[in-house]
Amino acid sequence: MSAVLGADAHHHHGPAKGFKRWLFTTNHKDIGTMYLWFSFAMFLIGGTMALVIRAELFEPGMQIVHPEFFNQMTTMHGLIMVFGAVMPAFVGLANWLIPMMVGAPDMALPRMNNWSFWILPFAFAMLLSTLLMEGGGPNFGWTFYAPLSTTYAPASVNYFIFAVHMMGISSIMGAINVIATILNMRAPGMTLMKMPLFVWTWLITAFLLIAVMPVLAGAVTMMLMDINFGTSFFKAEGGGDPVLFQHVFWFFGHPEVYIMILPAFGVASQIIPTFSRKPLFGYPSMVYATASIAILSFVVWAHHMFTVGIPLAGELFFMYATMLIAVPTGVKVFNWVSTMFRGSLTFETPMLFAVAFVILFTIGGFSGLMLAIAPADFQYHDTYFVVAHFHYVLVPGAIFSIFAATYYWLPKWCGNMYDETLGKVHFWMSFIGLNMTFFPMHFVGLAGMPRRIPDYALQFADFNQISSVGAFVFGTTQLLFLFIVIKCIRGGKKATAQVWEGADGLEWTLPSPAPYHSFSEPPTVK
Amino acid sequence: MMSRRRAIAVASPVPFVSASASAAWELNMTPGVTEVSQSVYSLHMTIFWICVIIGIVVFGVMFWSIFNHRKSKGAKPAQFHESTTVEIIWTVIPFLILIGMAIPATGTLVKMYDASEADMDIKITGYQWKWRYEYLNQDVNFFSNLATSQDQIYNRDDKGEHYLLEVDEPLVLPINQKIRFLVTSADVIHSWWVPSLAVKRDAIPGYVREAWTVIKEPGIYRGQCAELCGKDHGFMPVVVKAVPQEEYQEWLLAKQELARQEYELKNKQWTMEELVARGEKSYASNCAVCHQANGAGLPPTFPALAGSGIVKGPVEKHAEVVLHGVSGTAMQAFGAQLSEVDIAAIVTYERNAWGNKMGDMITPQQVAELKNK
Ligand code: HEM
Ligand SMILES: [Cu+2]
Repeated sequence: MSAVLGADAHHHHGPAKGFKRWLFTTNHKDIGTMYLWFSFAMFLIGGTMALVIRAELFEPGMQIVHPEFFNQMTTMHGLIMVFGAVMPAFVGLANWLIPMMVGAPDMALPRMNNWSFWILPFAFAMLLSTLLMEGGGPNFGWTFYAPLSTTYAPASVNYFIFAVHMMGISSIMGAINVIATILNMRAPGMTLMKMPLFVWTWLITAFLLIAVMPVLAGAVTMMLMDINFGTSFFKAEGGGDPVLFQHVFWFFGHPEVYIMILPAFGVASQIIPTFSRKPLFGYPSMVYATASIAILSFVVWAHHMFTVGIPLAGELFFMYATMLIAVPTGVKVFNWVSTMFRGSLTFETPMLFAVAFVILFTIGGFSGLMLAIAPADFQYHDTYFVVAHFHYVLVPGAIFSIFAATYYWLPKWCGNMYDETLGKVHFWMSFIGLNMTFFPMHFVGLAGMPRRIPDYALQFADFNQISSVGAFVFGTTQLLFLFIVIKCIRGGKKATAQVWEGADGLEWTLPSPAPYHSFSEPPTVK
Repeated sequence: MMSRRRAIAVASPVPFVSASASAAWELNMTPGVTEVSQSVYSLHMTIFWICVIIGIVVFGVMFWSIFNHRKSKGAKPAQFHESTTVEIIWTVIPFLILIGMAIPATGTLVKMYDASEADMDIKITGYQWKWRYEYLNQDVNFFSNLATSQDQIYNRDDKGEHYLLEVDEPLVLPINQKIRFLVTSADVIHSWWVPSLAVKRDAIPGYVREAWTVIKEPGIYRGQCAELCGKDHGFMPVVVKAVPQEEYQEWLLAKQELARQEYELKNKQWTMEELVARGEKSYASNCAVCHQANGAGLPPTFPALAGSGIVKGPVEKHAEVVLHGVSGTAMQAFGAQLSEVDIAAIVTYERNAWGNKMGDMITPQQVAELKNK
């Protein structure tokens, strides 16, 4: 079927009509678009859950939900944001941009590309449907520690496991596609060390995905066996060990957090030079730093487990390794700042998001460094301080970079400029909302408020109230983003091919909007 | 808001904590009352200031560029884009700073891991959703439950000063003694945490993990379960009451005497009214979190007891469910947690409450027989 369509598409050199275009498409731009819309839908659903959480935490006492439902909200919020919003958004950007950046006509494996997208809506429909099942949806946290997620889990856990398997398959296929495209389809002259950093960071991310998604699949499969087939991987009474689960999970989990941030590093490394009108400082060291972060990310996992009681030698090893990861991370930040230094800066919306990314991500890196100090982590662990840390690296990190990328490349995608004033309003509202939400969490965390609790002691009330207000500011602002994007797609000032004065790279040599099939003839790279 | 905060500071049960220290507790980590907690605090402050200084330098340069190297101010872009020297400098300097940080951190960590030569041992067991404390070799053991009322939680009553951080029976410990904690769990993973002691240790079912402390000052130290453990994770606080050695000895003796009396109760002849009265209280602290005070439960996870087939069935069967639990569900084996008297009281109460008019009872002696069967 799809073979016929593929041949068909070749004849017309344009998209098919109607619904079938999207269902059967093998075009990297169509698939990229679908990934991005899907991810935005998940962002709104996951965000709504966050607002339920923040509304309940607005003041002490139980007001709007029960503790069981609260736990389902925290769990689903985490799962949906990680697997539904951030990861698919980056795959969407990879689809749109990698072929255009390396001078290829499409992704290397277009049919697999179609499939890896279309698995996702089914996986998430299944995951979300558990909320309506008897006993409720997953309520054991996005880290789903056994035995809370096995012996003590609601019956819907099997659907959760199946959904995670599907997401994993989708991610692995996406990653294979990225690697195959980058390694085989670069235009003549596009050597590895000439590739844009977005391509580099995605190449490394794709290897991380292939390395760790199977580990996650292993973890959920062991859960499935423990729950349904009488094994005891994680059951002490049968000779297993609940802590084994944490080792396996975090062996996936820590590289996973870098999966969510490396492509963001790539985005910032594209945007900052453009609006500084100056080449990226230290390109080779950026590549090496990214690679070292990726390699180190395999040997730091137990920093999430400092309080479980691993032996002293292990504790020390993981503390040193985690501290070490701050070095290449620092190098990246220094390079971005040096790129801006003595440039000729302008602050269009993509640049605003990129600069905020550097500042706020660095703050998240600082709290990461604090968390790396194992003895201090005994006080920080599982408090709101950790919640503040990872939201600082993920929201102004991953999410802001996705916003920045959208504003930066949207004119190339749809041929129109977005509304700059509204873009700036979106930025400032998001910036204020985000800091209001997450900065006070550092304080309540240090003052002793555990994470994942539906109600709290009175001394935490003031800061929680500020957080909740901030969350609603941030959340509602994202509807403005939706409006801006739709408005831009429907019309606006026509974009030039280069779009931005300082932009450099193959994608800017194509007309705006980029044609349905680009680089059928490989471009030459100087 | 302000008045509430001041109220907490003034009414602080710890006479040694000044109002200003208590205000700092609002924003920052507590320095705590042990040597370890104080070194943890100083590590925290050191790494914090290191981050602040690096931040000032990095953001300083950045904002300098943001303000001065603007195109609108006519800035012309320089074209430099590489310097191996600076790359090496900003790799090596952070590396050295981190080594400087790792040394004291290692020292503190080694100290935290040395639980040897303790003066006494306390076994701590996490349950959904309460803690059990056993004073090893002292014949004292008890459960510690949240003392805040449901009315306060559901906003039907004013919230007290120690809302959610108060228990029916705190862990009483002597000061200036090295106390070793043996931490484990009966169901899911919990984490026993008291910020003022800088002790946070995961309670893992089937395994025992160690921690230790030497408390320097008497006082009441409050903490919470730190690992998501299900529905009432937010409602299982930890309260430690640290007292001078003599006071601790008195408390221990009284507690041992009480245990003996409890034991005697087993042989007393109980009437149904007495059992129901005692059962209502025990039910409230042990069963109501899941099956609810009105017996309606939270189906399907926590079934209703009002009108339940088991409660209205044969009394032996009913008592056995309470004694041995139901495997694969959240229903625990209370035989290992509660005395025969309490089990008899709870079963009798359940059979005669919320319209379950069974009109029968079970005695502690019968429960003991069932238990040994
Ligand atoms: C300088 C680099 C970083 C260091 C040293 C670092 C260190 C740590 C440590 C030690 C923890 C465990 C804290 C605890 O649970 O007690 C942690 C948690 C976490 N970090 Fe980082 N981190 C860094 C960067 C990042 C980045 C870039 C991301 C993601 C984009 C990230 C995402 C997370 C997440 C999601 C958690 C919490 C997971 C959970 O328990 O739910 N971190 N980090
Ligand atoms: Cu990590």
